[in-house]
Amino acid sequence: MKKLNYPFSHEQVKELKVGDMVLITGKLFTGRDAVHKRLHDGVKPPVNLQNQIIYHCGPVILQDKKTGKYQVTAAGPTTSIREEPYEADVMRDYGIVGVIGKGGMGPKTLKGCKDYGCVYFHAVGGAAQVLAEKINSVEAVHWLDLGSPEAIWELSVTDFPVVVTMDAHGNSLHADVQASSEAEFKKVL
Amino acid sequence: MALKKKISKKAVKKSAPKKSNQLEDSLIELIKNTSAVLPDDVQKVILQALAREEKHTTAEYAMNIIKANIELAKKKSQPLCQDTGTVLFYVNHPVGLDQIEFTKWIHKAVVKSTKLGYLRQNSVDSLSGANSGTNIGPGHPSIHFHQHKKKNIEIRLMLKGGGCENVGAQYSLPYTPLDAGRDLDGVRKVILDAVLKAQGRGCGPGVLGVCIGGDRGAGYIESKEQLLRFLDDKNSNKDLAQLETEIVNTSNKLGIGPMGFGGKTTLLGCKIGVQNRLPASFFVSISYMCWAYRRQGIELGTNKQIKKWLY
Repeated sequence: MKKLNYPFSHEQVKELKVGDMVLITGKLFTGRDAVHKRLHDGVKPPVNLQNQIIYHCGPVILQDKKTGKYQVTAAGPTTSIREEPYEADVMRDYGIVGVIGKGGMGPKTLKGCKDYGCVYFHAVGGAAQVLAEKINSVEAVHWLDLGSPEAIWELSVTDFPVVVTMDAHGNSLHADVQASSEAEFKKVL
Repeated sequence: MALKKKISKKAVKKSAPKKSNQLEDSLIELIKNTSAVLPDDVQKVILQALAREEKHTTAEYAMNIIKANIELAKKKSQPLCQDTGTVLFYVNHPVGLDQIEFTKWIHKAVVKSTKLGYLRQNSVDSLSGANSGTNIGPGHPSIHFHQHKKKNIEIRLMLKGGGCENVGAQYSLPYTPLDAGRDLDGVRKVILDAVLKAQGRGCGPGVLGVCIGGDRGAGYIESKEQLLRFLDDKNSNKDLAQLETEIVNTSNKLGIGPMGFGGKTTLLGCKIGVQNRLPASFFVSISYMCWAYRRQGIELGTNKQIKKWLY
C-alpha cells in the first residue's frame, strides 16, 4: 500500500506504477461532464487546478439548514470514459496531476498521462459509503450553477483508497486486461 | 436470516398507526431496504468471490472494499451506491387489484423515498435534460403487474444502476463476427462476447439475466425478470441449467476480474430464460447487473403491512 499526501506533485505521481494500491490524503476536486466541457471550452476555472486531482464524481450532498454546512452522504466514482474527449487537454491546460474515476479511459488520455506527467486512479465503483467515509469535510463549492452533482466540490480526504490503472509511463491496466481477456475469449470460442 | 427477522419486526411495529398509509409505509420500507441492504444470496456469492481472489492483489483489494461497503451501508441504512438506478417494480397480484390505484401509491412512496434520500434524484427528461427531482416521469418508475391465482400480493423491487445498464446487449442470431449460429452454442458465444465487451465497466463482478427469443422489447424485459431469481436456484430446463453454469465458469476464465482489474471472478451468476420467437428472428437479450445487486421483495398481509420478506 502506497501513500500520496498533499501537496501533490508531478514528480510524486510519476513514481506510481500500474497496479499500485494508493491511499490519498489531502484535497480532491470533483468534476464530471459539465465541468470538463466548460474547462475545455476555455472558461477559466474558479480555483487553481495546478498540481490538483480531479475526481469524476457526482456526490450526494446534504446541507445543514442551520449552519449551512455541507455533508457528503454518498460519493462513489462515475464512469470516466465520457471525459475521454476532454481529459488530456485539461491535463495540458490546467496542470492537474491526475484524475480519479471508474472504468478506465482511452488512448488519448493515456497519451495525456505520459505527456503531462499524470496518472489515472481507479476507485471501486459502487462503493459510495466506504468512499464517503474517507471524506472529512467539504471545503468549498464552485460552479454550483451547474447543479449539485455537476458542481466542483472541494473535498478534504484521508486515506482515500484507489488503484493506479493508467500511469505516466504509457501503461494501462485496462488495455492489458482487454488484450489478455480477448486472447482467452478466442480460446473458448 | 437474522436480518430478515429484524426487518419484519421493525415493519410490524411501524404498522400500528394510520391504516390508510399502510401500503405507502410498506413500500417505503421496501425501497429503503432494497437501497441499503444486499439480499443474503448476493452477499454469499460476493464473500465466496472475495475468498477466491489471490491475496494482496488489486482484485482482492476491490472485493474487500465492496465487502466493507455492504456492511457500512447496512449499518448506516444508506444507499449502497449513489446511483440508485432505474426503479423497477414487479407486482404479482390476485385478479381484481386496482392497478391504477396501486400505481398511485407506488408513486407516492417513490417521491417520499427520494425526499428521505433512499433514492437519488435520478429521472431526467430525455429532451430537455431537466431532472424531475422526484424519480417520477414517463416510464419512471418502471412497474410490471402480473396477475396470479394466489390471494396475496407480492411486490419485488430492483434498483439497477446506469453503469451496468449501459453494458447490456442484444444480439440477433446468426451473428457472423463470432460465427454464432441459431443454436445454444451460438447463444453461448454472444453471451460471452457481451461479458468481454463489458470488461469492468458494468461494476463487476456482475450477474447476467438473459432471454433467448422473444421480440426485442420482450427479450429485454424477460432478461431483467431473470434477475429476480435466487442466485442459488436451479433452472428447470436441463440445457439452460448447464449453459448458466458454463457461462459463469468460462467468463471467470477470461480473467477480467473485479472492476476489470484482472482476477478470478468476472461473473457471480447467470440466469437464462426462454421465450418463443418468430421463424425469422432469434434474439439473445442480456442484462448485466452490477455487484450492487439491489433486489428485495415483500408479501403484503391483509392490512397491507409487510408479512414476509421474499429474499
